[in-house]
Amino acid sequence: MTDSTTSPRATGSAFVNIGERTNVTGSAAFKKLILAGDYARAVEVARQQVENGAQIIDVNMDEGLLDAVHAMTTFLKLIAAEPDIARVPVMIDSSKWEVIEAGLKCVSGKPIVNSISMKEGEEAFLDQARKCMDYGAAVVVMAFDEKGQADTKDRKVEICERAYKLLTGIGFPPEDIIFDPNVFAVATGIEEHNNYAVDFIEAVREIRQRCPHVHFSGGLSNLSFSFRGNEPVRRAMHSVFLYHAIPAGLDMAIVNAGQLDVYDLIDPALREACEDVILNRDEGATERLITLAESFKGTDAKTAKEAEEWRGWDVVRRLEHALVKGIDAHIVEDTEEARQAAKERGGRPIEVIEGPLMAGMNTVGDLFGAGKMFLPQVVKSARVMKKAVAHLIPFIEAEKEEGAKAKGRIVMATVKGDVHDIGKNIVGVVLQCNGYEVIDLGVMVPWSVILDTARKEEADIIGLSGLITPSLDEMVTVAEEMQRAGFTIPLLIGGATTSKVHTALKIDPAYDGPVIHVLDASRAVGVASQLLSDTQAEPFIASVAEEYQHVRDVRAGKEASVLLSLEDAQINGFKADLSEKAPPPEQPGLHVFDSWDLADLAECFDWTPFFRAWELAGTFPAILDDEVVGESARALYKDARAMLDRIISEKWLTARGVAGFWPCERQGDDVMVYLTEEERHVRLPFLRQQIRKSRDRANFCLADFIDPDGDWIGGFAVGIHGIEPHLERFRAAHDDYNDILLKALADRFAEAFAERLHQHVRTQLWGYAPGEQLTNEALIREEYRGIRPAPGYPACPDHSLKPILFELLDATANTGITLTESQAMLPTAAVSGFYFAHPESQYFGVARIGRDQLEDYAARREIDLAVAERWLRPNLD
Amino acid sequence: MMTPRETFQAEAAKRILIIDGAFGTEIQRWKLTEADYAGSLGLSKDQKGNNDILALTKPEVPESIHRAYFAAGADIAETNTFSANRISQADYGAEHLVREINLASAQLARRVADEFAARDGRPRFVAGAIGPTNKTLSLSPDVNDPGYREIDWDHLVDVYHEQAAALVEGGADFILIETVFDTLNAKAGIMAVKQLERELGRDIPIMLSMTLTDLSGRNLSGHTVEAFWYAVRHAKPLTIGLNCSFGATQLRPHVRALAAIADTLIMVYPNAGLPNELGQYDEMPETTAGLVREWAEHGLINALGGCCGSTPDHIAAIARAATGLPPRQLPKAEPVTRLAGLEPFTVAA
Repeated sequence: MTDSTTSPRATGSAFVNIGERTNVTGSAAFKKLILAGDYARAVEVARQQVENGAQIIDVNMDEGLLDAVHAMTTFLKLIAAEPDIARVPVMIDSSKWEVIEAGLKCVSGKPIVNSISMKEGEEAFLDQARKCMDYGAAVVVMAFDEKGQADTKDRKVEICERAYKLLTGIGFPPEDIIFDPNVFAVATGIEEHNNYAVDFIEAVREIRQRCPHVHFSGGLSNLSFSFRGNEPVRRAMHSVFLYHAIPAGLDMAIVNAGQLDVYDLIDPALREACEDVILNRDEGATERLITLAESFKGTDAKTAKEAEEWRGWDVVRRLEHALVKGIDAHIVEDTEEARQAAKERGGRPIEVIEGPLMAGMNTVGDLFGAGKMFLPQVVKSARVMKKAVAHLIPFIEAEKEEGAKAKGRIVMATVKGDVHDIGKNIVGVVLQCNGYEVIDLGVMVPWSVILDTARKEEADIIGLSGLITPSLDEMVTVAEEMQRAGFTIPLLIGGATTSKVHTALKIDPAYDGPVIHVLDASRAVGVASQLLSDTQAEPFIASVAEEYQHVRDVRAGKEASVLLSLEDAQINGFKADLSEKAPPPEQPGLHVFDSWDLADLAECFDWTPFFRAWELAGTFPAILDDEVVGESARALYKDARAMLDRIISEKWLTARGVAGFWPCERQGDDVMVYLTEEERHVRLPFLRQQIRKSRDRANFCLADFIDPDGDWIGGFAVGIHGIEPHLERFRAAHDDYNDILLKALADRFAEAFAERLHQHVRTQLWGYAPGEQLTNEALIREEYRGIRPAPGYPACPDHSLKPILFELLDATANTGITLTESQAMLPTAAVSGFYFAHPESQYFGVARIGRDQLEDYAARREIDLAVAERWLRPNLD
Repeated sequence: MMTPRETFQAEAAKRILIIDGAFGTEIQRWKLTEADYAGSLGLSKDQKGNNDILALTKPEVPESIHRAYFAAGADIAETNTFSANRISQADYGAEHLVREINLASAQLARRVADEFAARDGRPRFVAGAIGPTNKTLSLSPDVNDPGYREIDWDHLVDVYHEQAAALVEGGADFILIETVFDTLNAKAGIMAVKQLERELGRDIPIMLSMTLTDLSGRNLSGHTVEAFWYAVRHAKPLTIGLNCSFGATQLRPHVRALAAIADTLIMVYPNAGLPNELGQYDEMPETTAGLVREWAEHGLINALGGCCGSTPDHIAAIARAATGLPPRQLPKAEPVTRLAGLEPFTVAA
């Protein structure tokens, strides 16, 4: 893992860590190399800094024995030739302007100058600032004026504010100003020094308010100057200081990334003593820290002892410790031990990742999120994690069957601008364990590389990962480019900042292929297997698409959905494969059923709506065991079964129905039904979806399922008669319960009749699916071919089509069902609708339509516009 | 009266502006001889191939090319001064003529521009072109000595200053620092123009155009387009963009990346495709135009033109393709600290 541009921001901790080792005043080792003219090894120091997580490198050659201009320019030119180093910005650090300017002439990106100040007065200050602007550099401004360095909070604030006004007055960009309000040594034994850390922190807080957009930096090593030689105490002081200064606004510091302690892991007594000193809590604080510090002296011995101690812990704890501390020395042996242990338990190597390693990384994530660990430490942790995973991979792969064919090929990448890949790597491992071939392009991957690889490798899926907010935009870019390049394969979106909502609102609309947000690694396999399954892919993709459409609808509100013109909607109509249309019916004409067997209908009840009618939420039969409503549901069900038995045995109700089939043809959005005997056509006008589809979904109309060159359509009406005398009986007895129960059961009979009749039509009367064998569950899920949309329902919202349907079926004569003036059916337990047999026919909602379609529809229906408007009100604006 | 910067910005707000195309290929059509190039200057070295010197020895050539490009629909003429700097002219023994070449080139471009502007009232602009020279401040020509540099900053600033001063004196509206393969060279160019601005006491708008040397989107000094933008943003350039590099197809992702972040106008003038096996550019005008039209349709662009291999026919096709398409809207610049190594680095302010 490498660092980048925006990574520190992403986590809420905007802390930039500037490498200090290429500084002759801060690193004796580096000074020695430069003095000896060993620039090759000095360059290696810079490389290590960047590898260890420095986001900027500070270069300082201020040493009396050196020609600082020569050393600075030589070193900067050399690192310019090293892409691994030159990729990060440079901080040109010197107290001499001539050294700084010489450095500026060698640096090709945009560096930071460290530092300028008002030490020599305003004129020199502004002159140097102007030059920084001409060279294109940000600048560190020391809190230093003609009178000297600022020590108290007030002086720091006063000087920085004055500098800010001067700089912005000459057009210096405020965001390019970094104040260094001077970190001074505390716990020196001099009372005036006790408040220095507090002064710094409070000054930062104040200046940040007064000077918008600026940054703050500081050199930490000064702070602990009194404890030279006592590294544990110095490290603890630095960590505690950062812990308090960062929330105040300190957002950069020159630190040795490897020498920061995790706040939570500092010895509690030491941490508290440091805190007392840094926050200047009481007069005895310094004394206490000095006393305590003694016990941490001779440090390395103790550290070594501690080091040995953790080696004695159990392996799970050791793995966590190694991850949190970023220690990779023993990670391979510990990982191996954990793998062996898993094996002995009969477990798999993947369990080591899913178990202790993930747990350790979660701890790291939590500490980082809470500002108790800093980015460089996280980088080290990630590296340890990678080593552990790398050790396990061969075992995981060996576990897979020899020569087993990969289930699919997935190209994965962390998008350009982002470097976070822990999550992506875990997903990659999990997918590989499950037999997928994963091509991992790593981090910071431009879309062009992702697309090229996917094309070259014939990937089945592309997976994008990102942790930081700007990655969201980049993912949209990738989606747009996939669209542009004509990709159709699924695009998976994952990573901490990604969300279903963002995916639905921003990414999904950019790409016509399937786009799926994957919440976490555990879902990745399920998603991939569904996407690559012959049978599940389509319904899965459709359900996700629908879900995202819903997200968008909710977001957009109704008025936001854009309507196509009717003409455009027609052009985007559904193109059914007409070669697949159903054959003519086995038994055309009308089929009347005067009394369908109630016992047969009772067998195909869909009980779930029955419970819903009673406001009991849940799916049958699980609802009977539901923790909350189970008891009521069981009681209700018992009563219902009892009544059902009586209804059947005592023939309370009669099920009457009619079904018919007619030759027809499609004309635009109409279906023209031909009545052979009467030698005339009856027009069935249908409505078309007009809402703009954001993916390659069609604008459906029921007519789309009919062949213009001749086809067949059906219709049916079923009703449950005979309920009135019984209802009266219950009402007379003030028995509301049984009244409702009977009505609800009658509705179930009507629905069951419609279902059963449809089945009879498919297998016998029309006979296009003679071999159909479906369980009741499958029937309820409508896993059959063909649909039976009803007038007044979403696909066919105009209730006033019912009279036409009834006329075709002669329904009132054949079934006894009548229509009210508002086209409601009597008896109320009744269902009517059309049969469409095309295998691609499906339910949809017409939803909102435009004026143009309303006018067109009224003309086709040969009704007044006002009448059409009344019937279609819910579908109009 | 509006300054050239203001006029340009006002025009750019209305439409996509067109910058002219290549000079080299057009000059070849004249089949000029050594005598044509050398004229009566009496220089000691051969001048054939020193296209820039034609301003002094055969001014009708650059003048007629400017005329052809304006007639094709260009709004901006680039002076024929890509190599008219002391470092490049030294190869022809003509370094003492740098001021005269630039002055004459700017004057003749200005004359033709004003002539066209007077005809139809539409402003025409002259961009004083400054090439990168053939030396680099960031790279060592000696693989065994990575710290070695052939030139130094102060020298290059002087070289650019001499050229820019003559171009401005000759009537150039802007200084176009183009084909930037080394970001540090461009920064020296910016420094030179800033010095000139202070000396003249007026604004000299800078246009910056980077060239990519590999498909991953970096220039020779290794900067990504984003890092380049952060490194030169202090110039407050009138336009930032890309030229030369490859054809429009290959440039597209990088144009897009730049368009997303640069809070100034984007000007891109790609080559007419990639050279064929014979090193010739054979992309048809309509092809180039179709490709750049797509950028315009996606709102990526404010000014378009051509580089190597493009002809007045290409520019005419591009101008037609861009007609009526809306210019790119500038993104708002957030107060973010933008730093750069070879890669960009931002810190939220």
